[in-house]
Amino acid sequence: MFATSLELLRFHWVAYTIYALMIVSVIAWFGWNLTRKEKVRSIIRIPFYGYMAFLIMAGVGHHIFTYNSIPWVEEDIKRHEIKPDRSYLIEVADHKWKMPQMRAKEGEKVMFDVRSKDLTYGFGLFRKDGTMVFQMQVVPKHKNTLLWTFRECGNFDIVSTEYSGPAQYDKETGEDLMFVKDGMVVECKEKNEKIAMKE
Amino acid sequence: MENKSFKELLINGTNFDADSLTALQKITLRAVVMSFVFFGLVALEGMIMRLVETGPSNPLPKMFSHPDHFFSIMTVHPIVGIFGSTYQLVFAAFMFLVPYLTKKPLYSLKLANFVWISITLGTALAWLAGFIWKYAPLYTLYWPLPADMKQFSLIGGFVFVIGVALIMIGTLGFIYNIYATIFARTGVHKDKTMKELLISGFGIDGLLNLVYKLLGKPPYSKEPALSLPVVAIFRGTVDTFLDAIVILAAGILVLVYLVSYVTGFSWDVHAIDSLLYKNFFWWGLDLVADGLVLIYVAGSWYLLATIITGKKLFMENVARAALLLELFVSWMVWSHHLLADQPQPEMMKLISGEMVTAFELLTQGLALFITLVTLWKARPLKFTPPLAYLLGGLVGFGLAVPAGIIQADMGMNRVLHNTQWISFAHFHIALIVGLYMTLYSALYVLWPLVTNNTKLFSTKLTWAHYWLYLIGGIGMGAFAGMAGLDGMLRRHLYVNGEFNTWMILAAIFGSMVLIAWFIFLANIVLSIGLKGLVGIFKPANNSIDYVEVK
Repeated sequence: MFATSLELLRFHWVAYTIYALMIVSVIAWFGWNLTRKEKVRSIIRIPFYGYMAFLIMAGVGHHIFTYNSIPWVEEDIKRHEIKPDRSYLIEVADHKWKMPQMRAKEGEKVMFDVRSKDLTYGFGLFRKDGTMVFQMQVVPKHKNTLLWTFRECGNFDIVSTEYSGPAQYDKETGEDLMFVKDGMVVECKEKNEKIAMKE
Repeated sequence: MENKSFKELLINGTNFDADSLTALQKITLRAVVMSFVFFGLVALEGMIMRLVETGPSNPLPKMFSHPDHFFSIMTVHPIVGIFGSTYQLVFAAFMFLVPYLTKKPLYSLKLANFVWISITLGTALAWLAGFIWKYAPLYTLYWPLPADMKQFSLIGGFVFVIGVALIMIGTLGFIYNIYATIFARTGVHKDKTMKELLISGFGIDGLLNLVYKLLGKPPYSKEPALSLPVVAIFRGTVDTFLDAIVILAAGILVLVYLVSYVTGFSWDVHAIDSLLYKNFFWWGLDLVADGLVLIYVAGSWYLLATIITGKKLFMENVARAALLLELFVSWMVWSHHLLADQPQPEMMKLISGEMVTAFELLTQGLALFITLVTLWKARPLKFTPPLAYLLGGLVGFGLAVPAGIIQADMGMNRVLHNTQWISFAHFHIALIVGLYMTLYSALYVLWPLVTNNTKLFSTKLTWAHYWLYLIGGIGMGAFAGMAGLDGMLRRHLYVNGEFNTWMILAAIFGSMVLIAWFIFLANIVLSIGLKGLVGIFKPANNSIDYVEVK
């Protein structure tokens, strides 16, 4: 249902805004009616067990919904059994990345294996407009793997998504020294197909 | 009051007489004063961070954009806010309420006095560690960052750890005082056994009453040994205890490494497994959020609803049983903080991080339902400040709990972890709107009891505070939360105004919270006067150690 994080977050933005407006309005309406002297007739009667069932369904249903509509959930759980199209080993120590220029084609599965030698970092891919593609924590002395199918193309920047001390930034300007511009380049399917057709 | 000039009010207040206060009233007010001083500091810190992130055109001096300074503020911000302000206010209210509700004197006034001094001193030390020595491992203390002597000064680390340790020692003092008071077999509890008190404290009697009802038997206990708010205080305090032990243990670990560094041993920091440490630390830290806050808040809602309406709580046995359920839920949900940690076992993510966490929707939803029905059954009610603030608190948790549950999901977490979404849409709204609105409600309910019926300087200022605070708190949380959906990270320094539209909006609404604080402060100072303020800190003239219930 959702191909990219952008689609998912847009949906989430709308759904949560509606919910937020609804809960504020319900409590405001409730407060207003609490103070009215005339007899108030309930618009709806919510049975206690019905309300409980709704909460359980909301709590469990949320996970069932995301499992079936967000493609990276199942992939993440089964990542050890899936053969990636490409793999990249990335090392990080002393606030410096050691990584090759990473490339992939749209639709490919890429395994990122990030190892930290000293502190806890984060590994996140971001679009040019600053929106997040994905992220994970990088725990030192552990294997941190993430399998990602690129359902979008473009140049993505790499940012450490976890704070690892002020040394991550330039002392004076505050610029992020771990920021990697265009660290991941994903070629578009259409472009590949056109090149293949020309050939 | 009408005849008094502004100067007179500022000096003497309305009709406040500090000399008439009991020792317990004075201790309570001392902690409340310190709590609101720290609240002002934390609001100011928050505004500084918001302004820095609006970009290079922000009006602040350049030093605030320097990473060491910025992250020092970010480190002390939750310490001052959660421990210096919230803990103080909650502990003060509970050390006053438990004697009031159980009709027994507080176990030790000296210990109660020690609690606020210890927490105040500890908070001040932790703050100084950031302000002077720029010690900035953040409150998460992800191992081995707090022991990274390449980035931080040794003395800063010592001062910070000692500060946090003092806060936790004060916390343990509060816990001891509360338990010793609840379980003292005097007054109304003279004939109760320890077993009866414990069964009631854990909410087991409520559960047994429900089971007996289903089986068609007479209730297990018609009159439970402890009233429901006391049960919530007892239950929440179990989590407060465990949390204090975990934070103290983490502090000792950091201290051991700092000492080893001084003595030249320099032990390998990787002897401590970072993932195991993260699990241990989040298990404890999460007890503050998902145990202590939710349980204390539920108990406060029940108490406030019964005081405001003058009626019995709706479905009291269910509420008692739910507090017992929350005991297990709050101990098993920490893994939702580790959903982005790939070495974390998948089963722990699924069971603890997702499934058990979802139960919080049930326990908090239940508390919301019981409170609303209790209020509804007593209508019509007057829209007084306690009721208004209580409704504000319900709105706050109504917004914040689902925002957290949404992110406690492996799919959503992949794109929301460590963004401003969780920081603002979830815990800032939970704390600023949900928790504090509840605490303000309690404050207005307890005000006549704690101050011997002192008249508030202005009801208009109370309402101005209410609306500014409510709108400001929700607005700030909403706009900064939206920045999170656009990819803004929460523990990151943005100096080029990358998300400045959201940050400017958040800063505008954040400034409403700050202005509200000034208004609240002015109202309180003009009610008790500067003389009264000083009088609170002087020893009490009488030895009455609890306020009689009339």
